[in-house]
Amino acid sequence: MGKDKSIAASYARQFAEVEGALPGRGLAWLDALRANAIERFAELDFPTPKLESWKFTNLRPLTREVFAPSPATRNGLGKGDVARWLADDLPCHLMVFVDGHFRADLSELGALPRGARVASLAETLAGDPARLEAHLAGNDAIEGDAPVALNTALMADGAVIALDRGVALEKPVHLLYLATAATKPVAMHLRNLVVAEPGSSATLIETYAAPRGGRYWTNAVTDIVVARDAQIRHFKLQNESVDAFHLAATRARLAKGSGYDSFYASFGARLSRNEIATRLDGEGADCRLSGVYLARGRQHVDNTTVIDHREPGSVSKEHYKGVLDGDAHGVFQGKIIVRPGAQKTDAHQLNKNLLLSKTAQADTKPELEIHADDVKCSHGAAVGELDAEALFYLRSRGLDPAHAQRMLVEAFIGEVIDGIGTPALRSHLGRLVAAWLSEAED
Amino acid sequence: MLEIRNLHVAVDGKEILKGIDLAVGRGEVHALMGPNGSGKSTLAYVLAGREGYEVTKGEVLYQGRNLLDLAPEERAREGVFLGFQYPVEIPGVAAMNFLKAAVNAVRKHRGEDELDAIDFLKLVRDKAKALKMDGELLKRPLNVGFSGGEKKRNEILQMAMIDPRLAVLDETDSGLDIDALKIVAAGVNALRGPERAILLITHYQRLLNYIVPDRVHVLVDGRIVKSGGKKLALEVDDQGYEPFTAGEKAA
Ligand SMILES: Nc1ncnc2c1ncn2[C@@H]1O[C@H](COP(=O)(O)OP(=O)(O)OP(=O)(O)O)[C@@H](O)[C@H]1O
Ligand SMILES: [Mg+2]
Repeated sequence: MGKDKSIAASYARQFAEVEGALPGRGLAWLDALRANAIERFAELDFPTPKLESWKFTNLRPLTREVFAPSPATRNGLGKGDVARWLADDLPCHLMVFVDGHFRADLSELGALPRGARVASLAETLAGDPARLEAHLAGNDAIEGDAPVALNTALMADGAVIALDRGVALEKPVHLLYLATAATKPVAMHLRNLVVAEPGSSATLIETYAAPRGGRYWTNAVTDIVVARDAQIRHFKLQNESVDAFHLAATRARLAKGSGYDSFYASFGARLSRNEIATRLDGEGADCRLSGVYLARGRQHVDNTTVIDHREPGSVSKEHYKGVLDGDAHGVFQGKIIVRPGAQKTDAHQLNKNLLLSKTAQADTKPELEIHADDVKCSHGAAVGELDAEALFYLRSRGLDPAHAQRMLVEAFIGEVIDGIGTPALRSHLGRLVAAWLSEAED
Repeated sequence: MLEIRNLHVAVDGKEILKGIDLAVGRGEVHALMGPNGSGKSTLAYVLAGREGYEVTKGEVLYQGRNLLDLAPEERAREGVFLGFQYPVEIPGVAAMNFLKAAVNAVRKHRGEDELDAIDFLKLVRDKAKALKMDGELLKRPLNVGFSGGEKKRNEILQMAMIDPRLAVLDETDSGLDIDALKIVAAGVNALRGPERAILLITHYQRLLNYIVPDRVHVLVDGRIVKSGGKKLALEVDDQGYEPFTAGEKAA
């Protein structure tokens, strides 16, 4: 505990050193928010497995050292480093971030329809801060665990996407976060905000990648406001360096009749935790969370979701599948809350894990808190191995064991991937999965 | 082609095959009959290399080499094909993709060029047509929801595509209607040739009307109790296994 304290204190000192240079400095509401957040961080400290919600994920590897805020770099990344992370045949409004900072030179925002704004957080704080104040100034900004508070204190850049009433963004917005191998451990405190006004719709793609590997910490917070009858599709690919840490908290609020459809694919990072917390604040809101996580070696991958049904007649469907090889450890925690009065809630959750080695491990924890009586809720969780009979059948036709295994793994996660509505994204993901599978186990 | 010598096999410590001697020469078709549980599938699985079967004694030579040393995929690439009694359902793997991977794995091993998508499709279409198989079936996940007959036809299609040297067909005739039986028999007969050998496991002499065997063997309780010409199958059909079982006990 004493050691953790000192880490927290180090970040507090770090904050005191850098706060003067953070974007938006001088905005009273923001200065207050940051000050509030660092205090909150110090109070909370990094979570430990003693906390029920962190039972399966130990942040000790992250908290052994202090990660300095990543400086804006001019690292020699070119369009080639960008192109390989883009889906074929899917034109996007592309925002590229390198080491946590927006890079206009690598981005291609293209023409946006009237009533749609896509800009970096730093730009928005400089030019249009009022837009952010409404969504960031409240206490919700620092709600959550210590990393969220630290993010709020130190957030330096990210994307701000705002859609006016009824605006439909045809092309997806792709946020590509590239990390270059820094010489010392750096942290990227990324903050994204998506505000979809009533009846608007958009697809958001996030890709996290590190063309040259490296040890760093991505600490991302994404707030998504889905107003009445609006639709947000969110597709996130986490392909961080296998030495990196990736903590992400996505908080989505769904108003009446709105929809939020999230797909998450996790391939990278030494340790990752992808938290998604959704609040279904309006009648008939529709929330879909799905994902696949693939890990090998010593990777630790945590998916933690909360779906909070607060009003009647809302729907949630959740489907995650994990593939774990080597000494990897996969975690799925899925909490579903049905508040009193949220009658006719329809909530389904499914998590399946495939262990490819004797030493791989999966923990899966469904948590249902149901306070209404007229609801349909179901959940299922499974941890299993490859079907030996199927493996033999494939091998008996000449497929080598690695090929046979690859086929069965692709089939296993295909069930989730096939649910992706956009064909270009489906095949993009298929390629990433195939690439992951063909990488030899070290 | 195939020479099985004094083969003893145990499963979970229980002896199932108790000294099998069987030689199938090039160009020959042998039929293996025997009551339920006598060890026919066990023998087939051992030949294909399935795990969990412990060879406690004896040896198996295939083209003069020790077959038991090879991994299942190596056996397949060397030309051994097992038509499963119960083909395995594999959700999420399209039958067509699987077939292409299998064909190309074997071709590659033989030093032949892998088939590209177009040549492959052409070959599948021809072979499927000969088996009067609906091509749509191959777009579905492998064996999932296939009827019993469809599964067996799919096995024969795989065999036709892979073009093995030694085919072990485990009750490929079971569950087939008479028309399907004739088609499947034609598929097997098409494979017949001087360079190939076939071991047909069956309960019914009916199949042997269409695929006339060179030799028939009767397996009872893990031992071959009688071998003979095609007439032996008629004897079995006529009298059942009772006489053989009795002989076994007396011996
Ligand atoms: N895993 C196992 N554990 C124990 N016994 C087994 C196992 N697998 C097979 N056996 C036994 O081995 C014996 C032979 O089985 P096998 O499947 O080879 O018979 P078969 O001749 O093919 O029968 P059928 O005509 O019904 O297909 C049976 O008694 C069966 O119960
Ligand atoms: Mg059998």
